[in-house]
Amino acid sequence: MRESLVQIRDLKVEATTDSGRKVEIIRGVSLDIAVGEIVALIGESGSGKTTIAMTLLGYARSGCTISGGAVWVDGADIVAMSETEKAAVRGAKIAYVPQSAAAAFNPAIRIMDQVIEVVRIHQLMPPAEARAKAVALFRALSLPDPETIGDRYPHQVSGGQLQRLAAAMALIGDPKVLIFDEPTTALDVTTQVEVLRAFKAVIGAQRIAGIYVSHDLAVVAQIADRIVVLKGGEVQEEGTTADILNHAQHPYTRQLLAAFAPSPHVVAPVMETPGLKPMLEVHELTVGYGPLQQDGRPLIVAVQSVSLKVAQGRNLGIIGESGCGKSTLARAIAGILSPHAGGIVFNGHELGRNARKRTRDQLRELQIVFQHADTALNPAKSVEDILDRPLAFYHGMSRKARSTRIDQLLDMVRLPRALRQRRPAELSGGQKQRVNFARALAADPKLIVCDEITSALDAVVATAVIDLLKELQRELGLSYIFISHDLSVVEAICDEIVVMYGGRKVEEITPATLAAPQHPYTQLLVSSVPKLDPTWLDTLRQDPEQVRAYCQR
Amino acid sequence: MTKPASSTAFGARFGYRISPVGLTAAAVVLFWGAVALFAPRLVPYSVGEIVDADYFGPISRELWLGSDYLGRDVFSRILMGARYTVGISLAAVAIACICGVTLGMIAAITGGLPDTILSRFLDAMSSIPSKLFSLVVVAAVGSSIPVLIITLSVIYIPGAYRFARALAVNINTMDFVMVARVRGESLGYLIRAEILPNIVGPVLADLGLRFVFIVLLLSGLSFLGLGVQPPYADWGALVHENIGGLAFGAPAVIFPSLAIASLTISVNLLIDNLPTKIRDRGAA
Repeated sequence: MRESLVQIRDLKVEATTDSGRKVEIIRGVSLDIAVGEIVALIGESGSGKTTIAMTLLGYARSGCTISGGAVWVDGADIVAMSETEKAAVRGAKIAYVPQSAAAAFNPAIRIMDQVIEVVRIHQLMPPAEARAKAVALFRALSLPDPETIGDRYPHQVSGGQLQRLAAAMALIGDPKVLIFDEPTTALDVTTQVEVLRAFKAVIGAQRIAGIYVSHDLAVVAQIADRIVVLKGGEVQEEGTTADILNHAQHPYTRQLLAAFAPSPHVVAPVMETPGLKPMLEVHELTVGYGPLQQDGRPLIVAVQSVSLKVAQGRNLGIIGESGCGKSTLARAIAGILSPHAGGIVFNGHELGRNARKRTRDQLRELQIVFQHADTALNPAKSVEDILDRPLAFYHGMSRKARSTRIDQLLDMVRLPRALRQRRPAELSGGQKQRVNFARALAADPKLIVCDEITSALDAVVATAVIDLLKELQRELGLSYIFISHDLSVVEAICDEIVVMYGGRKVEEITPATLAAPQHPYTQLLVSSVPKLDPTWLDTLRQDPEQVRAYCQR
Repeated sequence: MTKPASSTAFGARFGYRISPVGLTAAAVVLFWGAVALFAPRLVPYSVGEIVDADYFGPISRELWLGSDYLGRDVFSRILMGARYTVGISLAAVAIACICGVTLGMIAAITGGLPDTILSRFLDAMSSIPSKLFSLVVVAAVGSSIPVLIITLSVIYIPGAYRFARALAVNINTMDFVMVARVRGESLGYLIRAEILPNIVGPVLADLGLRFVFIVLLLSGLSFLGLGVQPPYADWGALVHENIGGLAFGAPAVIFPSLAIASLTISVNLLIDNLPTKIRDRGAA
């Protein structure tokens, strides 16, 4: 047994609610981290994984206090320290890599000055030496142009680069312990591969101990030595990575693992009736933003001549990295953006360029569900009022009929009827997304455009939502256009998949042929999806030519 | 929460946290509201009646707040003055905020050219100094209560518009507004059901602040002799007509000033300490 660098003993964190009630959010957690060991904290949102990681810095979010227990880091109890003593340790002994590096960097200061700020505050070394060290770290994290990248501003580098720069910032003070707070969650899979590789190389070379917070078991499998599974502020299961992956005991852990093997999608029988037109036909659609240029094209073209078809009762997946134009395409189909060229035929009728030029029935039959249920539901209205409006607006139902229908809709999306009076802020993420979906169902649509609807959800909750969508499809004969950057989600629900890159459709495949894609970008995308196998990252071989061509890393 | 919970048991029962400062301020505001409503029944003397042989008389058993420059009862005159100060300001602030907020929301939702035209026009309006503008209007058409109300509201429409537009622009970018748009909803529904409920809190706070500005501007105008005209008098006019008593420390000039101060400060404190709803999901 190696000596423990970090010992957390019977840690308790309390939160004070608005009415002054105390709630224990971490209930007596104990764990050890040895020198050079990475421990992953995994669990659904709200399970306390970030809260525990932050106690290593002696920090609790406002409204929360560390109410009991001890956090020994390198022989000193952080909980018992004064603020001044904590400040001396933070950044120097223990460092933090945030989830969103884009939000963590100050956009008005050059990257180099921010990276070496820790050294300046703790006066660890002269600035020139710090700069040289930062450049060495940039090189170790395989950043491009390590000599000059520090002279840029944060908006001048890509998301994946910024995440690695945040790691450099954390590493510059030679910390003994690093806290990774979901550092790759916001990245595309193709970018994630490179960032994970860089992290792993640096951690291995410097024998750094760390906590890796994530909800993605496959990512954790690549980087962690041990996994701690949390739920409701308590440790559910603890073991080496191989143990957890192969011999999970706890039901929640098994659920997490099961979320990785979604139930296979039963492909709807293709209705090979030659005369039957597809329900939705998008023809050579070009969508852009900004004022029209002299050649009559918009300033930024986000979608370039994309054509696709959706047949009745079948599902189309659109997949691609962020910025590939998939959401823009969805918005153009829904009538939020006016396409610049091309046309959309729905049920045999040409649709108007935007929502104003479409009839009420056309709008009703084609609904869109947005990614963020937080912003898609009016916070000032109750669930009942949210579902009530489309019923009154499209169907003109009586008050009594609407009330019955609302109950039916809540049943359909498996929400208890008691939630009717709640406001969106009083629901969980999964519940909000169900309400969001129920509102689209209230219109009795034929086609629902789902824009990344599972991306903000935990794996277990997302799987439940996907299963729900499949069930509703069987019952109601719906069709979906399913937009996602997550290949496994699209694979689980779609009959056809369109791969987009740089605003163009690069390939159209089916889940069956997903294993052998033709286009190099699809190949890269498919190979970048993390697998539960802990050796996946080390054995992954990607063609460097492809990587250079399709990733602005 | 680091701040000690200073809620009253009364508020907590209804799920609201009410601060003692807010409660006191609300009491003062309600007091002046009641006075404005019931002043004719409360006054001990008629406002025009000369009841004291002396002018700028001291506080006495008969004349609670002394007498003014003509020997009239200051207490009665302040009670009646509340009607003009509170009434005119309330009417003006209501017109200003209803017009400003509605226009602001329309501009935010519509965007484009209508937004630009409306915004530039109201920007031009707000660049005119408010005191100067009201002086010119009163000089041109004469001072009467309707003229005062309209002038004061026109002066404060651009501010209310700017404020509401800024709030509504933020709400307008939210997905739920987009959902309502692609549902095919009309402008009226978007404003009423999607935008307004989400900005009503700040808008009410702004309304309170604007009320204070209007009270002060109205009192200023009356002090200059351009506001409410004799024989009627609002608080500003009371200060104006009794300013000669300042040298004697007469209560006739001090108490109208205190009335203005107590109303404006209380409204300010009230909007800063509005009851906040206690949101506690798990509580029984």
